[in-house]
Amino acid sequence: MGSITSTMILAILPEILLLVLAGLVLLLDAIWSDAEDRRRGLGWLTAGGSLLVLLLSLMFASPGGSNELIWGGMLRHDWIGFVFKMVFIFGAAITALFAMDVEGLGKRGEFYLLLLISTIGMNLMATSADLIMLYLAIETTSIPMYILAGFFKQDDKSTEAGFKYLLFGAMTSAIMLYGFSLLYGFTGVTGLYDLALAIQTGALNSGVLILSLLLVLVGFSFKISAVPFHFWVPDVYEGAPTPVAGFLSTASKAAGFAVLVRVLMGTFPALSGQWSLLIAVIATITMTLGNAIALAQKNIKRLLAYSSIAHAGYILVGVVTFSELGVTSVVFYLIAYLLTNLAAFGVVVAAWRTLGSDEMEAYDGLSRRSPALALAMLVALLSLAGMPPFGGFIAKVLVFAAAVDAGYVWLAFVGVLNSIVGLYYYLIVLKRVYLYRSEQEDVPVPVTRPYRLALVVLSVGIVLLGAFFAPWFTWTSGAAGGLF
Amino acid sequence: MQFPIISVIVFTPIITGLLIFLLPGERKTEIRVTALAAAAFALALSIWMYFSYDTAAGGYQFVEKYNWLPQLGISYYVGVDGMNTPLVLLTGVVMFTGVLISWGIDDRPREFFGFLFILATGVFGVFVALDMFMLFFFYEIAVFPMYLLIAIWGWKVTREYAAMKLTLYLFIGSVISLVGGLAMFFASGMGTFDMIALEGAGFSLAFQKFWFPFVFLGFAVLGGIWPFHNWSPDGHVAAPTAVSMFHAGVLMKLGAFAALRVGIMLLPEGAKFWMPWIILLTIVNVVYGAFIAMVQTDFKYVIGFSSVSHMGLVAMGFATLNREGMIGAGVQMFSHGVMTALFFAVVGMIYDRAHTREIPELGGFAKKMPIVAIAFVVGGLVSMGMPGFSGFVAEFPIFMGVWKYRPWIAVVSGISIVITASYIIRIITNVFFGKMPEHFEKGDDHHEPIDDVIALDKVALVLLAGILIAVGIFPSLMVPMVETGVENILRLLGGA
Repeated sequence: MGSITSTMILAILPEILLLVLAGLVLLLDAIWSDAEDRRRGLGWLTAGGSLLVLLLSLMFASPGGSNELIWGGMLRHDWIGFVFKMVFIFGAAITALFAMDVEGLGKRGEFYLLLLISTIGMNLMATSADLIMLYLAIETTSIPMYILAGFFKQDDKSTEAGFKYLLFGAMTSAIMLYGFSLLYGFTGVTGLYDLALAIQTGALNSGVLILSLLLVLVGFSFKISAVPFHFWVPDVYEGAPTPVAGFLSTASKAAGFAVLVRVLMGTFPALSGQWSLLIAVIATITMTLGNAIALAQKNIKRLLAYSSIAHAGYILVGVVTFSELGVTSVVFYLIAYLLTNLAAFGVVVAAWRTLGSDEMEAYDGLSRRSPALALAMLVALLSLAGMPPFGGFIAKVLVFAAAVDAGYVWLAFVGVLNSIVGLYYYLIVLKRVYLYRSEQEDVPVPVTRPYRLALVVLSVGIVLLGAFFAPWFTWTSGAAGGLF
Repeated sequence: MQFPIISVIVFTPIITGLLIFLLPGERKTEIRVTALAAAAFALALSIWMYFSYDTAAGGYQFVEKYNWLPQLGISYYVGVDGMNTPLVLLTGVVMFTGVLISWGIDDRPREFFGFLFILATGVFGVFVALDMFMLFFFYEIAVFPMYLLIAIWGWKVTREYAAMKLTLYLFIGSVISLVGGLAMFFASGMGTFDMIALEGAGFSLAFQKFWFPFVFLGFAVLGGIWPFHNWSPDGHVAAPTAVSMFHAGVLMKLGAFAALRVGIMLLPEGAKFWMPWIILLTIVNVVYGAFIAMVQTDFKYVIGFSSVSHMGLVAMGFATLNREGMIGAGVQMFSHGVMTALFFAVVGMIYDRAHTREIPELGGFAKKMPIVAIAFVVGGLVSMGMPGFSGFVAEFPIFMGVWKYRPWIAVVSGISIVITASYIIRIITNVFFGKMPEHFEKGDDHHEPIDDVIALDKVALVLLAGILIAVGIFPSLMVPMVETGVENILRLLGGA
């Protein structure tokens, strides 16, 4: 291994800074151990600090034009990884804001600490170029998440969520690890790109190759909540603290996709003929099943959970195509989806503080109780449904365009018809918010400052993505170009 | 640089809509005045644009083009020709009169006008779009607010059902067309969504035959084509008055126009191949729509089905693919838009006072509200295609065009004129004349006595009726303009 250069340090600047921030949070938590009200300030610190990290990384840590393997081949310093990192850090900042005024969450230093550690893990997931590094990154992401999902120790549903997530995670992780070991055992290398070479030269027989690909996909499917590894999603989202569910459904899912895209396209390009079709089938089932079950939901968090499964299906459509436009659409979709779904969960957290319930009946007449919150909900749900001028529309168009371009017209039709089903259940929620009356109409739903700030930022972001999409597209297509 | 008049027209409503959202909800008068001012401004600009369109020169005018997403050849590209200039004017008229008529909305007027204006921007955007992506973008902006407008402010009995049905129908149509649009984009190999460029893409015959039905029918759903018209009467009836006006008056034209612009103009060979079948569908529209309208007892359903019938004539005119039919269809889009806006305005005014729309329960309204009665009679005469009114200018050429294609179709469709006359006359007799029921005349425990409409309503009705008469008496105001647009389409069809 060569000497450490400044590029190598700058490449992991975001992670280093996040670690510093995490240390600061831990320290202040200890200092303020008696001052509960002050500890709420840790939320501002985490959010503001993350945004500062984001800014500094954009200034100093961007990879420029090069795609190089660094740290002895453990990480790959490229645009796609960098774009994903920025997305995760932004997601963490917003999640911190959402958590601040949640009872039992916002004034606990360890919450922010775990959030930041998990974000570091995601950053590493998006850039790892080695099986071992990849596995470590996935676990660094997941273990704090298991704790966060079960954060409310007194609440049975939350502990159940944490436990369920842990069991599912551990199990799929083990299967994935078995896949990794097969790959290593037959080739003797662990680098993702070295593996690609070995596969091309035919070091593995095709049976083993397909088997190991399938095993690896199990682990990734769990992360992105694709069918048939989606069973944990509704229960975990419902039971976990809502800000955590929001983070799980967006940043964690995006991290899964970052890994999936890199491994499929970096390590297994030789098999693209096989996995394209497989992913196409998984995508079809995932979106159809997610949407179909979402129709029957009465709880807003479960509804969002099934909708998030369906969205994983749409995003997989972009993966199927194995083209630059496809990867661009995946990255664009994930950015739009992160903003949108965080906004949806943000409204749920903010509303829950007054409504005290996540049942959909509780949302009756929300627009009379808090017009602003209702409007944020409208923006978020319409963007999820894929309506212009919101980000979700452009994201969907790009994904389906990639499918048509790659000759998957049938998949594009499956996708658009599914989006109709999606529209239906989002409208059902909006109907409650705008149309139905409730007995508590005179009780306003106050929205505290962190929520106001976060929701305004997200809503504006959703509209910017949807109406002025050229700069974002340039960014994401640059990211996609870095992969090929 | 010339004044970007089209962009100003397109974005005035949505910017006003967003401003309205910033006003406090209780300041209802300010909200209404703001809305009216913006609508008047948009109307004035669209009138100005209409009269400064140079018919002698023809082609696309007032063109503006800016890059939106150059990597995929998406641009903000707008311009008007003889086909869509009248439609922009129509939208301006309906928006203005719609605001006038909605003065009395008291439940959350801020949200009402906000959503209505977002919708208006979508409509303007589709009519002026010369970029296919932009067309889809604005198309969906136009479709969605309908849901909330109907579901929140609509007729309590059917609003939830009708709003959902409408939204899903239209959205399915639009996404199916969207896939077709994407297929065109990639098949052209030109890397652009510019529709004028795509007109010269030279798609293969097989490609055109395959994709034409998807693209055309996807949009034609919004034009109310049979058998996908089902959402439309339910939607019209459930919607609040201004939304019905917008909906039947403008939105259905959006479907017909987009089907023409993307379907027929970009896939002309596909259009030629499928047209016999499309004509068959439209015959059902025209005749069946009229028959169903005749047997309705609910005033608003009569008008709703009459829209299905008249929009069938528009599609039929396009489907003839000849000069007469297309010119007629072009004028019919405008004429029917104004007429049906007038009808729905009248229905709304009567229902607001009588609280029923059952025709047998009404009567004698001409005495109480003479202007309304006169306006309705004007609309009725337009609907029947009486010479001297815009309906004649529109429908006569359509029948000529159809006759040129197949005389029997013209004869069969002609039945609709007779039926239209029957239901219009029935309404005029039973609603406006005859004896007014006692409880309307004097009032009882449940009713105030019926009084005349307010001045703003009268302004709206006089404006709408005046336009119908003006176009009827001076067809030269519109026909030559539409003709220049039709020339362009015929050129694409290879002079058929």
